[in-house]
Amino acid sequence: MSVAWEVVIGLEIHAQLATKSKIFSGSPTAYGADPNTQANLVDLGYPGVLPVLNKEVVRMATLFGLAVSATVARRSVFARKNYFYPDLPKGYQISQLELPIVEHGEMHIIGVDGMEKRIGITRAHLEEDAGKSIHEGLDASSGIDLNRAGTPLLEIVSEPDLRSAKDAVTYMKKIHTIVHYLGISDGNMQEGSFRCDANVSVRPMGQKELGTRAELKNLNSFRYIEKAINIEVERQIDLIEDGGTVVQETRLYDSDKDETRSMRSKEEANDYRYFPDPDLLPVEISNEYIEAIRATMPELPDAKQARFIDEYELKSDDAAILTASRMLADFYEGVVKATDATAQVAANWVIGDLGGALNRDGLGISDSKISSDELAGLVDRIHDDTISGKIAKQVFEAMWDGEGSADDVIESKGLKQITDSGAIELVVDKVIADNLGQVAEYKAGKDKLIGFFVGKVMQETKGQANPGQVNQMLRDKLK
Amino acid sequence: MDMHRQTLTELCAGLDKGDFTSVELTQTLLDRVAAQDEKLNAFITVTSTEALAAAASADKARAAGNIGALNGLPIVHKDIFCTEGIKTTCGSKMLDNFISPYNATVVQKMADAGAVILGKSNMDEFAMGSSNETSFFGPVRNPWNLECSPGGSSGGSAASVAARLAPAATGTDTGGSIRQPAALTGTVGLKPTYGRVSRYGMIAFASSLDQAGMITRSAEDAARMLGVMAGFDERDSTSIDQAVPDYLAGIGESIKGLRVGVVRQHSDEGLEERTGARAKDAIAVLESMGATTVEVDLPNIDLSVPTYYVVAPAECSSNLSRFDGVRFGHRAENAEDLLDLYCRSRGEGFGDEVKRRIMTGAYVLSAGYYDAYYIKAQQVRQLIADDFKKAFADVDLIAGPTAPSPAFKLGDKVDDPIQMYLNDIYTIGANLAGLPAMSVPCGFVDDMPVGLHLVGPHFGEEMLLRCGHQYQQETDWHMACPEAFK
Repeated sequence: MSVAWEVVIGLEIHAQLATKSKIFSGSPTAYGADPNTQANLVDLGYPGVLPVLNKEVVRMATLFGLAVSATVARRSVFARKNYFYPDLPKGYQISQLELPIVEHGEMHIIGVDGMEKRIGITRAHLEEDAGKSIHEGLDASSGIDLNRAGTPLLEIVSEPDLRSAKDAVTYMKKIHTIVHYLGISDGNMQEGSFRCDANVSVRPMGQKELGTRAELKNLNSFRYIEKAINIEVERQIDLIEDGGTVVQETRLYDSDKDETRSMRSKEEANDYRYFPDPDLLPVEISNEYIEAIRATMPELPDAKQARFIDEYELKSDDAAILTASRMLADFYEGVVKATDATAQVAANWVIGDLGGALNRDGLGISDSKISSDELAGLVDRIHDDTISGKIAKQVFEAMWDGEGSADDVIESKGLKQITDSGAIELVVDKVIADNLGQVAEYKAGKDKLIGFFVGKVMQETKGQANPGQVNQMLRDKLK
Repeated sequence: MDMHRQTLTELCAGLDKGDFTSVELTQTLLDRVAAQDEKLNAFITVTSTEALAAAASADKARAAGNIGALNGLPIVHKDIFCTEGIKTTCGSKMLDNFISPYNATVVQKMADAGAVILGKSNMDEFAMGSSNETSFFGPVRNPWNLECSPGGSSGGSAASVAARLAPAATGTDTGGSIRQPAALTGTVGLKPTYGRVSRYGMIAFASSLDQAGMITRSAEDAARMLGVMAGFDERDSTSIDQAVPDYLAGIGESIKGLRVGVVRQHSDEGLEERTGARAKDAIAVLESMGATTVEVDLPNIDLSVPTYYVVAPAECSSNLSRFDGVRFGHRAENAEDLLDLYCRSRGEGFGDEVKRRIMTGAYVLSAGYYDAYYIKAQQVRQLIADDFKKAFADVDLIAGPTAPSPAFKLGDKVDDPIQMYLNDIYTIGANLAGLPAMSVPCGFVDDMPVGLHLVGPHFGEEMLLRCGHQYQQETDWHMACPEAFK
């Protein structure tokens, strides 16, 4: 017999905060430097050194807390998590345990079933990242790169409110969008700036108690998260249905084999011996501070999307695409402000041609080869009938290739639309004269042939004739 | 008078008057160290070359009119302070090979003030001990009786000042590590308010209790040193941003009307009778100078030793985790794997007392015991701090004996950690409450010096120093010099 299973997922997202220097030292945080070139004595955990909190991380965490309607703690405390590992120089990680800076937040997502769901955010706390061990290229020994040690992280812990791998991805993408909007994380998943652990369990549908969970570690792409959760859910269901029981443990997802495997069980788990770090004072935050941060809060994705629909009368799908990133939204609004065309036309261009070109060249909106003003210049030429929409695509490609502004391209390539009715009439007359057979058919009632004549005229004018004008003139002449 | 017999203040005047140069003074003291330290083992490292170079540049600076507060004055740093380019061992095999790449803030401030470093003083391993017997480099001997301990953990600093090898030395005090050796060697030891002196570059034992201070021959010398050492440091989040007063300015004022508290709860159990009597005599001297005594209640003070031995080991177990053989310090040879590297590097690098405290600390922090030990200890610590706060509503300072007895024989207590821990019974409260406290010599018991312990309210250093200085105007216990080191 087969029971229906309910999947229960909670995510712990690690977002690297985009500070210039580390959380407790003055070392830079830039990615990709030579090993150990961005680690000073504090990062190396030298005898006698002390941590000093980078205040910028408090601002960033506060901003995040406010963005997810959470309580920002007036007093939070850094604690030491003690364990030995070569990439952990002090033998402890400075984190927050009992009194995190952010608690009781929430986020709403649209689930796979199309319903809106509330996902609780239990807490978000500040901590330092560890370094990394290097095994490649070293003969029978290991190296340690401590550049990353002390990089500030915000660990965002959700309630076990997610019910499918897809929802988990939706939630994570939304957090990703928000931290990016807030400017507190670059969210770069390849560089490990945004990654998550997933707590996954299953239970028979309707059961109240949670099943035993496994923790999937270090998932660093949206695709892997979905695959890893699904494969883990499958494993747990198979195991239970075969009469086994799930054990609480940490598992790793192997993307090559598409399987999860045990890393360490609960029995082997460390006792981290947390206690408040005596080197750091509690972080005290005043109401005034919180209000000052709130005043700097940018418009968030949901609000922006709603405004785009309302203010620009965009289709909801288009509004969602355009607000997926703050920079794209800003770009779009730049086009709207600079053009005389409608906001929807601007949206079509940003999403369609510009989006396509970016996609094709693997670029982000910040790398766009055409600025919002330049794109507005192009859209305006369609709007004022200088060129047709079809010619505009040609102009766009030329602009993308660096051939100048829309006007430059139109001028240099001679693409200006022919609106001189005398000139169009000459061509129309020629097309009628050359195609007398079709003229006869048309007059006999085959109306559809009008498209054939328009096409011929456009062909003769290399697309530069105003299609509306051509259409009207043909109908008049063929009456 | 011979240079080595002069106090820091007198040497300062001598340099100012041109009676001698810093190079002459430094050479004299280096010669003394070379001749006498074999008996004492007060130094782990003697930095002759660096000292003479620093003395020469201090003389040059003086000639140019650029005279720092400690210009040309030779001092000793406890080997817990990181000194750039100089071995910094913390009394441990673990750091026997450690050359610090940077200066502790205290070291830098003193260098900036023109001080000359004669060397690094011996100490209990990682400052854990009250007899200097836990040092990897062997025990320090008490200049008053070479068979006795000088106390600890700043035993090398105390012995070098008592034996006139140096006019002053830095020390650190986590539970009495400056004051107890000062009492046992007839020197002055001041532990400032927690946060008054930067901890940056001071190898941590128990971060919430550690405080740097000094051992000198007089309260006036201590004031001179503190003026240089104190001050906010942005690299130490627990240092307090409060202006540093001129500690020498008010030192000459009378103590008439000073309210001196005597703790009702200090039990006489374990207190050697005559040591207690010397402290009472000293308090009587203060009274004769116009001070009044008031009995004060510290109802929880008898809990200070057990509280300390939960909090301090807990912090040390974590602070010492960085000594893992990976980046610096002792590394076991031919490790089979990572765990073996950790276990053997630490097993070989740390001594018994350090291991005992790491294990105790790991235990009190572990799951299931944390609430019963660590949290409870923090609550008691708060009660003790509150008791002091209440007491200081009625008195200006609290006085009593520094240690329960004069110096004990080396080897006497080394196998009995509890007896050893009880040596700090009178001093630990000030660390738990973060208060400034000082020991001044107040007499002898069987020819061995004992100390008067003065505890002040937060930032009460000026009053402590004034009281100590005024007492030293009336008494000359601090001038006594061990026969063998005259």
